[in-house]
Amino acid sequence: MSEKEYEKYYVPAESPWPFMGAVALFLMAVGAGNFVIESTRDKEGYGAYILGAGFLVLVVMLFGWFRNQIHESMSGLYSAQLGRSYRQGMSWFIFSEVMFFGAFFGALFYARFISVPWLGGASNNDMTGEVLWPAFEAIWPLVVTPGGATTEAMPWTGLPLINTFILLTSSVTCHFAHVALEQNNRGKLKLMLGLTVLLGAIFMVMQVEEYIHAYTEMNLTLQSGVYGNTFFLLTGFHGFHVTLGAIILFIMLLRVMKGHFTPDNHFAFMAASWYWHFVDVVWVILFAVVYIF
Amino acid sequence: MTTTTDDTQHDSHADDHHEHHIPYGITRWLYTTNHKDIGTLYLWFAFIMFLIGGAMAMVIRAELFQPGLQIVEPHFFNQMTTVHGLIMVFGAVMPAFTGLANWLIPMMIGAPDMALPRMNNWSFWILPFAFLILLSSLFLEGGGPAFGWTFYAPLSTTYSADSTALFVFAVHIMGASSIMGAINVIVTIFNMRAPGMTWMKMPLFVWTWLITAFLLIAVMPVLAGAVTMVLTDKFFGTSFFDAAGGGDPVMFQHIFWFFGHPEVYIMILPAFGIISAIIPTFARKRLFGYASMVYATASIALLSFIVWAHHMFTTGMPVAAELFFMFATMLISVPTGVKIFNWVATMWRGSMTFEVPMLFAIAFIVLFTIGGLSGLMLAIVPVDFQYHDTYFVVAHFHYVLVTGAIFSIMAAVYYWLPKWTGKMFHIGLAKWHFWCSLISVNVLFFPMHFVGLAGMPRRIPDYALQFADFNKWISIGGFAFGLSQLIFLVLLIKACKKQGEPVSAQVWEGAEGLEWEIPSPAPYHTFETPPVVK
Repeated sequence: MSEKEYEKYYVPAESPWPFMGAVALFLMAVGAGNFVIESTRDKEGYGAYILGAGFLVLVVMLFGWFRNQIHESMSGLYSAQLGRSYRQGMSWFIFSEVMFFGAFFGALFYARFISVPWLGGASNNDMTGEVLWPAFEAIWPLVVTPGGATTEAMPWTGLPLINTFILLTSSVTCHFAHVALEQNNRGKLKLMLGLTVLLGAIFMVMQVEEYIHAYTEMNLTLQSGVYGNTFFLLTGFHGFHVTLGAIILFIMLLRVMKGHFTPDNHFAFMAASWYWHFVDVVWVILFAVVYIF
Repeated sequence: MTTTTDDTQHDSHADDHHEHHIPYGITRWLYTTNHKDIGTLYLWFAFIMFLIGGAMAMVIRAELFQPGLQIVEPHFFNQMTTVHGLIMVFGAVMPAFTGLANWLIPMMIGAPDMALPRMNNWSFWILPFAFLILLSSLFLEGGGPAFGWTFYAPLSTTYSADSTALFVFAVHIMGASSIMGAINVIVTIFNMRAPGMTWMKMPLFVWTWLITAFLLIAVMPVLAGAVTMVLTDKFFGTSFFDAAGGGDPVMFQHIFWFFGHPEVYIMILPAFGIISAIIPTFARKRLFGYASMVYATASIALLSFIVWAHHMFTTGMPVAAELFFMFATMLISVPTGVKIFNWVATMWRGSMTFEVPMLFAIAFIVLFTIGGLSGLMLAIVPVDFQYHDTYFVVAHFHYVLVTGAIFSIMAAVYYWLPKWTGKMFHIGLAKWHFWCSLISVNVLFFPMHFVGLAGMPRRIPDYALQFADFNKWISIGGFAFGLSQLIFLVLLIKACKKQGEPVSAQVWEGAEGLEWEIPSPAPYHTFETPPVVK
């Protein structure tokens, strides 16, 4: 690093957006908390409205904050050092996401290799099975819970397999889009980025299809024991991240249309593509441990 | 050495320059991107939460002053123990350390600000809102969280009030705040060091915070996962923590403590950094074993990921697991011992003086060691069967967190306050604060060891008659410790009003480091052009 780089680290002036973001998160948390209580306990209230208001404030905040950011970036206020800050910040954020998914994968492994076998009498738990649920048989996927709820296991063939190909392909097209951007091939960039967003959308439609199938025909629901719980929370949070990633990539597409990004100044695009690859890797692990094995 | 009078005269001119413009009014604090302003906000927020959480502790000690139920309902008592813990952990200790990181890390490594200043503002301002939600949930139907700060299932699922939903989202926000703060610290240290500030020249406060930030990013998302599962178990019929659906309440404890154990090191590693700054200054010697301090910190952080189940020895884990977690836990005393040894070796044959920060630092070393040794006792599986969930555990973690983490924060405030305000704090008040705190904190927590060993359970509003005398003294110590903090409040208000003698740039005779080379008070913007470190 040359010393010159240090001389122009850009420290932004005061900004109203972060505080507005704090207000947004406050409204969303109050709204979500009340909405959860009201919707599950059959109560009247304003939870949903507060949540919606918070979401609106969040959207306005993100729009304003990023508009500032884009303006600063395009007027050349940023240095290579600041670019490194953004890239490192994004990497650590993705690491935190890895740990978030880790908690649910951990729950899956614990249920599968410890709690379910122990309920069936493994390790030093002979009496657990005898006393509490003598008829219980420890199998995975857990299609009959100790409490007696029954369900079916989701097969990995068919729809999930097709979805895996779709998401893997989208990761490849996303990479091609990135390469096209670096080679300043705008036509190919638009095509590949558009394809990525489209594939992401198809993935989500299929995922919804799968959920409907699970709920209506397989009796696989949030209430069907720890197999259904880990299935829905892992695929659900993954699906949420896919949705978010696709929206971000769509915004990148709009920005590309407007002529933003150059071969050597495109942090936002790169962060979005990193995020997309991360979501893809999570799916591969998820497909292996939730569906196949 | 420059004196401060010059600098204050400067200020009026400085407004003309864009770079030296200091914003004013309420929006200065709401919209700020300045690491010093944000550090101040964090520190005041932490102190206010410390007083609120402390008031709850006073309610607890008032109820326990004598046996029987006299002041509060048991359910309210449980809410007090729960929210006291949550506030002290997430609202007082962690934000105070983040505030210190904000103030000090850029000044220590020669950076103009934190790497991501706007996100820095966001990570602070979401915190007061999170605690507003948590505190207001106390007034809802069924009361607030009453399941202990560890929110074990099924207490937090089957048996909790509906306000748990608000608790869950409040914790999500606290977690987001910590993660953003940690990302900022890590990126600042990786990317913003002045030329010549190599890794092994960094002050230990910077090193310990770097490692703490890594721990935060690794475990706060796991906490988010845990509260999410509590939410779905309670409201949406999942059975992660319900054996009837194939889950296990013990699984909650595994997930929680996988977060929780690194969390307790998050609350002590920056303290090690602070003590490593203060001891050399007032011993007038270089820190003994700098490199070993760095490696010891890293070892503690790594070990923190493989010791979590020592909180769960009585849950009926297989013996092999109990042995593994026992030995892994005991291993931690090795790097911790290295640290204590190095601090003592630094003081050995030094020209020691006992200014207020040094008093707190020495108290830290002695009292934290007591907490460490009781921790070693708790690590022994068969012994823990006896001590588990007794007041011995309460004594242990209050020695490490109050006389450890909190004393280190107070030491840090006294050490760097003159640099922040440009004025020496009121030394008389500070000494009163120290001695009152030191005596009362031991009256408060030391007898807890005895009642704990004798079998008094924690988190219970009533107790057997034989514990009455000790509990009376514990409560008296508690009230005295609480009142002592009001001395600190008065001192801090005086300091913020800029009362006191002006100080030099170096402030303390033996102080070394970049932050002591800039004028006192530290100008609003420092190191806009980075210094060259030789």
